[in-house]
Amino acid sequence: MSLRTPLGRVLGLGTAKDGTSHWWGQRVSAIALVFLGVWFAWCLATMPGFSHAAAIASIGRPINSILLLLLSVTLAYHSYLGIQVVIEDYVHAHGLKLAALILSRFAHVVLAAAAIFAILKIGLNA
Amino acid sequence: MSNYDRPLSPHLSIYRWPITMALSILHRMTGVALSLGFVVLVWWLFDAASGPDAYAVFMSVMDSLIGRLLFIGWSFAFFFHLANGARHLLWDTGRGLDKSEANLSSWLVLTGAVALTAVFWWVAS
Repeated sequence: MSLRTPLGRVLGLGTAKDGTSHWWGQRVSAIALVFLGVWFAWCLATMPGFSHAAAIASIGRPINSILLLLLSVTLAYHSYLGIQVVIEDYVHAHGLKLAALILSRFAHVVLAAAAIFAILKIGLNA
Repeated sequence: MSNYDRPLSPHLSIYRWPITMALSILHRMTGVALSLGFVVLVWWLFDAASGPDAYAVFMSVMDSLIGRLLFIGWSFAFFFHLANGARHLLWDTGRGLDKSEANLSSWLVLTGAVALTAVFWWVAS
């Protein structure tokens, strides 16, 4: 006999109230990053040079801009999920843990925003 | 009341590391390293957008011996995290979880990561 209510069972969210969303988010972003990451590694390896002009030309190509935007956002999300688990595992003091989690979330949003702005600025100027 | 002479169960440092344990720890370490690499990626994009002067500062820091060593580290971290992450996705389907299979795939992941890192720098050079 289960002591869980029918509603609780059908929602499937468990005691932490977020169910399997973290697990799924990590997996789906991982699959996206297989493609985006390999593409980016290939781009870096075959870049004609790393002068400012070469970087601007490469980042500013429309296809590269779009893929870089997708990479930055997906990477920020995947990185946030991973760092969250690391903090939850190793930081035990409640207040410090909460502060670290909030700081990590802010930092990842700032990084994503900076990346988006930079890519758009280069892409729209090119 | 507490008795400090009581025997303790052996902790992590006692055991010979199985390869699967080493790779599990390495997966987390490379993940954290790649998060730091993401900061450098955003810094690169931001300085490229800011103009040649800001970009020159970025290049003077990262195009150094330490910078190059860091990039070799990040390239290995990326290919290891990629290969081991693919193994995690395979495990999620319930396959490859036997001890012998997990040991074998550990060595495959490690060799694959080193090989991919070598190919990356070979293409880049």
